[in-house]
Amino acid sequence: MNIADSIMILLLLTNLGLLASSRLNACIKTVAIQGLIVGLLPLVATKGPLTIYSFLLALLIITVKGIVFPYLLKYTLRSVDVRREIEPFIGYGASIIIGIVALICSFWLSMHIPFPDKILSATAPAVAFFTIFCGLFLIVSRVKALTQVMGYIVFENGIYIFGSALFIEQSFLVELGIILDVFVVVFIMGIMMFHISRAFDHIDTDKLGEK
Amino acid sequence: MILALIILLPAVAGLAAFFITWPFLRRALLLLTAVSHAALIAFCWIVRPEPILNGWIALDSAGLLFMTVSGVLFLAASIYAIGYLSREPKEQQDTDEGFFFTNTPENIFIACLQLFLSAMALVCTSQHFGLLWVAIEATTLASAPLIYFHRHHRSLEATWKYVLICSVGIGLALLGTLILTVSASAIHNNLMISELTDNSQLINPEWLKAAFLLFLVGYGTKMGLAPLHTWLPAAHSESPSLVSALLSGALLNCSFLGILRIHQVCVYAGQSEFSCNLLIFFGLFSMAVAAVFIIAQKDFKRMLAYSSVEHMGILALGVGLGGTAVFASMYHLINHSLTKGMLFLAAGNIIAFYKTRTSSDVKGILKRIPATGILWTAGLFAIAGFPPFGLFVSEFTIFKTAFDQGHFYICAIFLALLALIFAGMAYVMLNMSQGENADGKEKESLLMVLPPVVLGIITLILGLYIPDFLTNVLNEISIIFGAL
Repeated sequence: MNIADSIMILLLLTNLGLLASSRLNACIKTVAIQGLIVGLLPLVATKGPLTIYSFLLALLIITVKGIVFPYLLKYTLRSVDVRREIEPFIGYGASIIIGIVALICSFWLSMHIPFPDKILSATAPAVAFFTIFCGLFLIVSRVKALTQVMGYIVFENGIYIFGSALFIEQSFLVELGIILDVFVVVFIMGIMMFHISRAFDHIDTDKLGEK
Repeated sequence: MILALIILLPAVAGLAAFFITWPFLRRALLLLTAVSHAALIAFCWIVRPEPILNGWIALDSAGLLFMTVSGVLFLAASIYAIGYLSREPKEQQDTDEGFFFTNTPENIFIACLQLFLSAMALVCTSQHFGLLWVAIEATTLASAPLIYFHRHHRSLEATWKYVLICSVGIGLALLGTLILTVSASAIHNNLMISELTDNSQLINPEWLKAAFLLFLVGYGTKMGLAPLHTWLPAAHSESPSLVSALLSGALLNCSFLGILRIHQVCVYAGQSEFSCNLLIFFGLFSMAVAAVFIIAQKDFKRMLAYSSVEHMGILALGVGLGGTAVFASMYHLINHSLTKGMLFLAAGNIIAFYKTRTSSDVKGILKRIPATGILWTAGLFAIAGFPPFGLFVSEFTIFKTAFDQGHFYICAIFLALLALIFAGMAYVMLNMSQGENADGKEKESLLMVLPPVVLGIITLILGLYIPDFLTNVLNEISIIFGAL
């Protein structure tokens, strides 16, 4: 078992942790850990000696996903004063079961796709699919705006894992795009949550429609 | 050089507008940007500008057409905006629930309008899939504050939905872009559209199909194809009418261009059957969903939004059918944008006088505000595709192509849905126009009436006569996307 495989297994565990956890604080920590691990991928995915480029990329991702996002999320969490995700649309037990089914499907899918020869690790595409699924699942199944934002970050991580799994290196623009995208999206969402919490004293997005 | 100006001019003006404190100057700047942007586009019709940035940014026929449509609509919307912003009070009462709310500061609104235009120009001129993706992302970011102009909880919810759903869509489109690079790993510069089409025999067809699917779902979310259209009705009904006009007439088209670009690659790589069938399916499905929601729709702006879902469906259907229908689909796109722009601006006038979006509370528009009433009634027939309006020509041609190709079931579904939607819209819109009104006749300002009237006149002319220069461009586009 090489480093890439162990990283993939860690990512997989963080996803399952997110599906199972109701405490927002714990969720933020898990998202931060996942961000840190994803940040290590450019180092692992480089063939031969480490380049400055891949080192800087890793540093950038770790800073953004492992430090800045969790900090912003924590800050928002304090300002809106919620601790738990109460009454999600789909309960935690069911979430775990759905997660495991999705995991099996991801492995099945990745085994039936003819991938190019050079690939980071045999498990990487499956983990990427599973991470994307978990992100989307958190967005649709959770009530709190904050959890949805975390779902979006996880979703983006999944896309990024997919990119590094297939060694898509040359498109610098795409890598830049991911970071820019998440940064701005979280920024906007953060501002919005500020408004939501101030104006309505809760950040449930499905209550926005009520008065 | 011209291209750089087209993209940068609105961006710079937008940033400047953010810092200008004097309202008069800000509005003048908006108007100036719109006029000069339109003039630059007009110049592009005479002399096709040179590509810049190693061909990453270049103007082909499709880009020119899409950019012209958004430029014209933006000009109309910004003229309308001058009147709108001057009559919009700082604090006002909500028409449905009675609470008070404020507006987004005008400098942010005007700045975002112009940044939005700049992002759309970048979408139309991108010849590189990565850049195209960034540009479409930028349109989302620039337009989000526009939807949240009226700061209250319903518009906040609409904006939240819009940003969340569209950013997931855009994430999926990014995944599609990554998969596209995998499919074309044998090609050196494998995100440039021209490289992909020139070396299409090197593309792996299976991965290309996967990429197309993700592009269709990703950009289709933003374009409003059912069942991914869920953000669209709320965003269109909560935003100011001029923004709804821009969203419907320009933004949706830009996302459609994203799908067309990958469709173009599929056509060159010999995978057009796959992409065409998907486009036909999503097209018809969008029309069907729109029909269901238009009937018995209480909010007239929401009804117009669902009508946009319908017309996006028709565009996808036309491109999916291929051949002459591509020509018709592009013609449909022009006329839909003009007509929908006109209808949304007219809806803005109705809201200004009646202070409601509930269609059953609006009676006798023709008596109270005659010019808007005529626009509203004419708009109904224009959007439903009655002759002599432009949409008749395009819908008829799409129908005829499907008929000639022997797709009789598509013809039948198409006609049935069009009839159903017409019945639903006619019932609502005619009831609003007709009837008595207790308030008597009121005066509409020129700024309210002129922009929609001009848009209406253009689509009327296009229904009677297609100018040669337009025919040439449309022919070029149908060769590119035609799957012939």
